[in-house]
Amino acid sequence: MSSKYRPIAFVLNAKRTSVRVHPMKRLLDVLREDCGLTGTKEGCGEGECGACTVIVNGQAVNSCLVPVAQVAGAKVMTIEGLKGRHRLQRAFAEFGGAQCGICTPGMILAAVALGPHPTLEQVRTGLAGNICRCTGYEGIYRAIRKSEDRSKKK
Amino acid sequence: MRTAISPLALRQPRSLRDALRILRDEGPLTPLAGCTDVYVGLNFGTLRDQRFLNIWGLDDLRGIVVRGDVIRIGALTTFAGIIRSPLVRRRLPMLAAASCEIGAVQIQNRGTLGGNIANGSPAGDTLPVLAVAEALVELRSIDWTRKVPFVDFYTGYRASVRRPDEIITAVEFPRVEGVQWFRKVGTRAAQSISKVVMAGVRSERPRIAFGSVAPTVVRVRRTEAALASGATLAEAQGILQEEISPIDDIRSSAFYRRHVAARLLAQFWAEG
Repeated sequence: MSSKYRPIAFVLNAKRTSVRVHPMKRLLDVLREDCGLTGTKEGCGEGECGACTVIVNGQAVNSCLVPVAQVAGAKVMTIEGLKGRHRLQRAFAEFGGAQCGICTPGMILAAVALGPHPTLEQVRTGLAGNICRCTGYEGIYRAIRKSEDRSKKK
Repeated sequence: MRTAISPLALRQPRSLRDALRILRDEGPLTPLAGCTDVYVGLNFGTLRDQRFLNIWGLDDLRGIVVRGDVIRIGALTTFAGIIRSPLVRRRLPMLAAASCEIGAVQIQNRGTLGGNIANGSPAGDTLPVLAVAEALVELRSIDWTRKVPFVDFYTGYRASVRRPDEIITAVEFPRVEGVQWFRKVGTRAAQSISKVVMAGVRSERPRIAFGSVAPTVVRVRRTEAALASGATLAEAQGILQEEISPIDDIRSSAFYRRHVAARLLAQFWAEG
């Protein structure tokens, strides 16, 4: 059934991967269905909510808007790529950055993509594409700041 | 996913020449760059195209270079690339300003200047900037290259002079003399299609363009001429109302858009 499609090869969470799916299948669906990585969520399907955020070649993108053919040869990182050990993940859990958790994978990856030592203004701008219905965002900014404080202490 | 993807076809060109040949021989095909509006349109039912050409990998179409007075931006340059460019920040700050207000980071990392033009939304945020910068749009087919003044590019709502066998390859900007100005009015500071968007260049030859107030981006030339010849602001605002034709839609009302456009004109003319 899917063997009629050409393989699309990319690096997923630092591992070489190849999928034989329709080239226009959304990267979001490929990650969740073909790669079994359900940490990336669909919130809107139109690039407005950021729940589907992944990092492609170092840049945060909405995976609901990317045809999988366009990540051929690229490096893709999902929330699973942080292995549960990233300081941001610990900080979100410890400092109330997550309530229901549906926005959390996207929020964390958007924060990762910000780069080191962002100001609060840069955090607000960098996360403006990620919507949360639960926290009112203060817990998210607090978790990011606390995570930063910890990284500076090292 | 609300749209079935199985009826869709995606051609993968090996190079720009290959892409142009495929467009000529296997068209009609819709070129796909950053795709930030494609699945939105497919799901909503407004994009009926089913045959696509993947041009995302054509690195020849990326890059920002300066040749004398002219800045040439490759059509596949993303908004993030535009924002990061020291050259653009210095010489085309209104283009960087517009790019910063498109969507959010995730959209800016994928959306392209060529895509903003080709998509041809009346609300496209870079379009008023291109209009007042008097940019040139470079179009290529397998047989020729041509440059069209941006102000002549659109022929109607989401319609342009781009032939089906052409790809937008670059946008060229002459030196902008005067102070550059850009404002976008929307529901929040990110992720908003504008209610009104305006770009302007303040000089002895003022240039002013609006988006979201007509079927296409609009250079308000009579308003410009009035200001240049010393008309009062009130007179210019009156002429402005004759040059725009906003509608009521899901985002705003014609009444509000007219009101805001007049106020933006006042702010633009007063700042300096």
